[in-house]
Amino acid sequence: MTQAPPAIRLEGLGLSHAGSPVFEGLDFTFPAGTFSVLLGPSGVGKTSLLRSVALLDRPTAGHVAADDGVSLAGRVAWMGQQDLLLPWARVIDNVTMGARLRGAPVERDRAEALLRRMGLGDRLAALPSELSGGMRQRVALARTLYEDRPVVLMDEPFSALDSVTRARMQDLAADMLRGRTVVLITHDPLEACRLGQVILLLAGSPARLSSVPAPDGATPRPADDPGVLRGQGHLMRRLLDGVAA
Amino acid sequence: MTARRIAARTVRPLVTLAGLAALWWGVARLGGVPPYLLPAPDAVARTLWAQRGLLADAAGTTLLETVLGLGLGMLGGAALALAMTASGVVRRWMMPLVLLSQAVPVFALAPLLVLWFGFGIASKVVMAVLVIFFPITSSFFDGLRRTPPEWLDLARTMGAAPWRVLVHVRLPAALPAFGSGLRVATAIAPIGAVVGEWVGASSGLGFLMQTANTRFETDLMFAALLVLATMTVLLWWGVDRVLARLLYWVPDSVVD
Repeated sequence: MTQAPPAIRLEGLGLSHAGSPVFEGLDFTFPAGTFSVLLGPSGVGKTSLLRSVALLDRPTAGHVAADDGVSLAGRVAWMGQQDLLLPWARVIDNVTMGARLRGAPVERDRAEALLRRMGLGDRLAALPSELSGGMRQRVALARTLYEDRPVVLMDEPFSALDSVTRARMQDLAADMLRGRTVVLITHDPLEACRLGQVILLLAGSPARLSSVPAPDGATPRPADDPGVLRGQGHLMRRLLDGVAA
Repeated sequence: MTARRIAARTVRPLVTLAGLAALWWGVARLGGVPPYLLPAPDAVARTLWAQRGLLADAAGTTLLETVLGLGLGMLGGAALALAMTASGVVRRWMMPLVLLSQAVPVFALAPLLVLWFGFGIASKVVMAVLVIFFPITSSFFDGLRRTPPEWLDLARTMGAAPWRVLVHVRLPAALPAFGSGLRVATAIAPIGAVVGEWVGASSGLGFLMQTANTRFETDLMFAALLVLATMTVLLWWGVDRVLARLLYWVPDSVVD
């Protein structure tokens, strides 16, 4: 990583959609170099929040800033729910897509090394259509890492995968993203408890952010860890209550 | 593909053609239709062979006009679609013109174009360009507009310059749509060329058909028609093959 990861401050962040507020007055700091997980029911505005941080959407009120005073532009890598691989580009070219889009020299060796660490060293020349869903998401993760940005934002990146593949991707992500400021959106309490060093709940209408204590132990935490299981149950309860309220 | 399927694919059109020829022969020979209205297939085949030099010359002219028209129309249409994607000003001013190029029937314009561009191949090339301009431009433009927004978001977070997004994302994403337009254009470009030849020309298949018609040489007309149809099918097939190779990544979901 070439830059020290900043903390990300939300200050009075508000967003309205068609006149009615989705959320308003959100104040929170995602700590620097920490894996934060944002959990909440569908449609509560998680993606909107993340898009504001990625500077893809402009919030209706308040603002998002890095605590080091430097703009977040060009310091954020984005990973979406879909893998967003270009179907005409080979695996290696998908990973280096950002370099070509910026007109920067393509660092093929670095991309290859990333793909090898993902266990895709023998699929460099494959087309996305020749890969399984899990492999495609690994390529997307490699593309995100190739960007080498201090901040990584992920919007339900593993939600389309089966639970075993998902657990493997979580291990990989926790391992490879260590030290960066990560915000990951999920609707899966288990994923939140396995990966989150900070766990946040976005719920209610208009939605509010509340911090939930993360289980002890280093991430990725085992799926059968008692703390993880307890935390998962607690989050599930909170989500159910939150939706009712 | 198995040998059996290749055989089936070759045999099927041949069977269809043979069936049609048999029906044609039956109507011409047994239906009491005079040869100047409907010549029998064998008479057409004899003419095809006897007049092969004449037909080959005419086909050469028409093919040249078609290919030139296709090439120019493709370049012009693609360039305009790109310009309309890149600039709202170009889009608002040019879209009505693109529509107009399709709304004015080329058949009505043909005499005027011959008057302006002469009896040579120029007027026919212009005609072919006019015929194919709309399908090329509109299909490519549609394709360029329909880039999945998620790809564009991703490109934005990567810090991409807009023209690089066009080259690396929008353009390849629009190629399948462009291919559909080009396939349609290939099938209809010869129509433009032949209409031009009808109105005024000194060579070409359309010209040959016109003169044969006025002399009641219906067999020659049919022969020219056959050559034209064969030419169009072969041209389409060639373009289709090139596109299939270019669009290697597009799933072909036709259930076989």
